[in-house]
Formats: sequence, structure tokens, C-alpha cells
Amino acid sequence: MTVLAIKDLNVTFSTEGGQLHALKNVSFDVPERRIVGVVGESGCGKSTLINAILGLLADNGSIDAGSITFEGEDLTRLGPARMQELRGQRISTVFQDPMGALNPVLSVGRQMRNIQYRSGRSRSEKDARSEAMLRQVRIPDAQAALARYPHEFSGGMRQRVAIAMALMMKPALLIADEPTTALDATLEVATIELLRELQQDIACSVLFISHHLGVIAELCDDVVVMYAGEVVERGTTRQVFHTPRHPYARRLLECDPARQSGRTRHLPTIPGEIPDLRQRPPGCVFATRCDQRVDACDKVPPDVAVETGHVARCVLAEAR
Amino acid sequence: MFAAVSDLRRTERTRTMMRVLREPLGAFGIALVLLMVGGAVFADLLTSYDPSRISPRDRFQAPSLDHLLGTDHLGRDLFSRVLHGGRIALSVALFATATSLAIGVVLGLVAGYGPRWLDAVMLLLFDSIKSFPTVMLALALVTLFGPSLTAVVIVVILVNVPGYARIIRTQTLALKGSEFVTAAQSMGAGTTRILRHHIMPNVISPLLILASMDIPVVIAIEAGMSFLGLGVRPPTPSWGSILNDGFTAIRDTPWIAVAGGLPIILTTLGFTFLGETMRDLFDPRLKRRT
Repeated sequence: MTVLAIKDLNVTFSTEGGQLHALKNVSFDVPERRIVGVVGESGCGKSTLINAILGLLADNGSIDAGSITFEGEDLTRLGPARMQELRGQRISTVFQDPMGALNPVLSVGRQMRNIQYRSGRSRSEKDARSEAMLRQVRIPDAQAALARYPHEFSGGMRQRVAIAMALMMKPALLIADEPTTALDATLEVATIELLRELQQDIACSVLFISHHLGVIAELCDDVVVMYAGEVVERGTTRQVFHTPRHPYARRLLECDPARQSGRTRHLPTIPGEIPDLRQRPPGCVFATRCDQRVDACDKVPPDVAVETGHVARCVLAEAR
Repeated sequence: MFAAVSDLRRTERTRTMMRVLREPLGAFGIALVLLMVGGAVFADLLTSYDPSRISPRDRFQAPSLDHLLGTDHLGRDLFSRVLHGGRIALSVALFATATSLAIGVVLGLVAGYGPRWLDAVMLLLFDSIKSFPTVMLALALVTLFGPSLTAVVIVVILVNVPGYARIIRTQTLALKGSEFVTAAQSMGAGTTRILRHHIMPNVISPLLILASMDIPVVIAIEAGMSFLGLGVRPPTPSWGSILNDGFTAIRDTPWIAVAGGLPIILTTLGFTFLGETMRDLFDPRLKRRT
């Protein structure tokens, strides 16, 4: 069963320079109990995607077409009151910067109590739950930790507190927005293992946003590769990482520093820049930077199903 | 377990109070404030004289054991009048400051968090009110409603609210886009929840210190308006009206003016010292290791 199904989602922002088409025909599914990674460089629409799901697009942004189906409800058609009900209860979020995401002047215990405001539990029940949750994310001395303020924790602990808060209401979907980017490498591994463990415990699905390919490969079941507001390739992690079919996905994988054999002074890059999203090229968005472009690239590329579940938006991707 | 949280909070607060006491200026300020508040609260125990009983035989008596601060032109006991005047001054100061705080915080949050046009309208309103000189504002109001304690309170609120609201508005504006507000939003908190639980605790403490430093100003406004006959109506005692009574007879009987002026000076000093010490202790830029 799919928890979240995004179909042909289009989001535009009206800016002074004209309409900015931030997401174009984005489709993918987050199946139950799976971890789906979204990868792409900065500005490819990852944050817009999150905000569109949460119903928190900026005032100048709007969903023009498409649907976001979450547990049978189309989020694009829900009123603000119902959306607010879902947020924090059924859909939860962990942010990149754990210091910024926690209120600096409230104790952790109070913030965790705040999150449960709709649960109808008594104060002591809420606190007991908070404490249990902190213990689950392995915060030492959980009881004392409730009385502490965010600045009294280390970066890794803060992120674990944020994860505890996000999973407190046992959501069906956890959106993790680059949760390990602000952490150092050792903490990153520990946090990922913790996330995986908790995901299995709570049996929720995770939408994991990152630009770190290693983390995605390690953690995710499925991968969605985004470029300039489009899903250029999606499939299982194995499919995308072993047989990437879209030239962008292929180049992105080649650019991963972890894949370099031997020492080099020059890490590979993809020449060129993301096109101006206010004036999208009529054909393939990646055409200007692609080293395999052909004449057909001037037309809108089809979504080619390479294998079951493995789709690439490129004329050169052929079904096997 | 939650006792633990509140315990920690309590000790934190006690510690801050202890630090205020350790500063000589702060201790002096607290002593003065306690003296004036004590005098006002226990006025009936400290003197047996009725503050408004006229006794023509005892007019213009110099301070003595009978009349600790002497008597005025109507033979009323000045010590009793000062103590009872303190009740008026302090209750007006506390009530008006608390009310301005409450209104200022709400308006500031609305202006800072609400739509831009509302913010613009409210700023215009704050600035227009602020542009009136206090005395002119007081005169205008008294002309409309007549002199009374209510007029004093309204003037104080009108004078204080724009400043408080502006401070809260600016800070709210700065916090509006902060990540923890977005995080709270994405976790299902509504607007009122965000304002109450996330923004207000972040913006309130500097305002409390400012308000405590504004109390002397409020006391001076009340005394000033009563001095001009725009505030408390006679025979109710007020420090300002005592000062006015003494003003006309200052050559022959200076103690009347002293009886009116001294409590104003002492209370003002007390609250100022207290407020400044608190500001210094709370201001992280001035914070020293203790």
C-alpha cells in the first residue's frame, strides 16, 4: 500500500521576474514502511516539495495541477484546519538544523509536552511519554533532559531530541529534510542507524531528503533523483545506483567524491548551471548540460519505464 | 518528575533575585521600593489620622511627634496623606503598567505576525499616538472626560502601549521566519499556539525589564497630572496634589512641599535602581561571570 502518492504535481511561484515553475510534473510514491530518498543539487525543488506536501507553501506559491494523496486524502484539496490536524500527528518533520528547529527559551520537556497538545493525555502522561521517547532515541538521563534547554545539548543530541519529537505521535509519514547535513560524519552514521531502527519500530514511511549520495545509498529503499524541479529518474536504490538511465543521474553518481578511485586534485563536476526556472526550455531541462543530447531532446521527454518501478525521463532511456 | 522542571526554574529565578540583592544599587532600590510599598499597604496601621479630615485649628503645623511630617493648610496630617497618596500612586503605576503591557504585547504580536497591511495601519496608529506630547494628551483627555484617576490611567496606557507594541512587533517580525516557528507549524501548531507558546516567551523578558523601568515615569505622570489638577480629585490624597498644596505656601511652610516631593523622589529612585540592576544582570552583552 502507498502512504503518499504524488501525481503530476506542478508548483509555481509568482515572482517579480514572472512565473517560476518550481515543480513540473512530479510523480512518485512512498510505499508503506519504506524509506524513499530524494536527491538533487541545491535549488532542484526539494524544499518546495516538502512545503507542498505539508501545505506550507509561501504566499506567492501555488499548486497548479496534480495531486498529493496521503492515506486516501488529496492534500491539495484539504482545508487549512484538516491540514493542521494532519501535521504533527500523521505527517511529521525533522529539519536540517536542530538548533534552529527547537525553541531556545523553552525546556525540551515543555516543547515535547506542547507537541502532544491534541492527544488528550494528562500532563504526567505526556511527560512520561516524552521521557520514554527520549530514552528511545538514547538520550542519557532522559528525566533530567526534560528540564534542560536546547543549548545545553550537543548537536547530535539535539537532532535526536528533534527526531524524538517528530516521532512522538507515531506518524504514518516522517519527512526528514537533510537531517544529518549539520552533523559530523560519525554522528551522521549513528543518526541514520537510529532513524532506520525507529522507522522499523514505529512502522512509518520516511521521505528522506538529502544531497548526500552515500547516506541515501545506505538508508533508502527507493530513490528519486530530482533536477530543476523535475523527477528525472526514480526506482529502487539498487536500480538507480547500479544502472542509472538518465544522463543527469549518471553524472551525479560520477561526481560523488566517495566513488573516486585513487587520489585526484580535480573532482569531476557537471559543467553548466540549472536553467532559469522562469524560462524553462521547451524540451528536456537537462539538455543544455547533457553530453549525449540528440535532436529529440528539444521535445518534451517521455517518462520511460525501464523496468518495473524504474522510470527515467529521457528519450535515450529504453525499456529492456 | 515535573517538580524537577519547576524546581529548576524556581532556583533559577531565586538566583537572579539574589544577584539583584548582591548589587549595592539593586539592594538599595529594593529597600526603597519595599519601604514605599510597605507604607502604602500598612497605611492604616502606621497612622491613626484620617488623611482627609480637616482640622482648622491644626493648620500649618511644623513636623513634630504628633504630626510626623506636619500638617497642611487645612490642618490635615501630612504623614497620613503621604501614606494614602502612596496607595494611589503605586496602584495606578502597577495597574496602568500591567494593562499597557498586556495591550502592548497583544497588539505587537498581531502587528508583527499579521498581514502586512495591518502592520502598516497599526504602526501609523502607534506613531500618531506617540507624536502627542504627554501633557497635551492629558489636557485633551481631561477636557473631554473631566479630571479623574481613570483619565490618568488612560493617559498612561496611551503613552506606554505604542512603545511596548513596537518592541514586541519588531521581535515578532524577526522570529516569524525563524526555523523553530516553521518547525512548530509543520508539527501542527496553529497561529495562536505559535504566538503564545513559541513567540511570546522569546520576546517578553526585555519588555518586563523596560516596564519596571517605566514605573517611575508612570508615578511621575500621576503626580504631575494631580499637581496640575488633572488627576485625582480633592480631597483624595495624592503626592502630586500635596506638592501643589505646599507649592503655594513654600516660603512659610516648606515641609508641605517636602512631604509631597520626597516620596516621589524616593519611589522613582527605588524603581529606577531596581530596573537598571535587573537590566544589567539580564543583558547578555553586559553579563559578567559570577
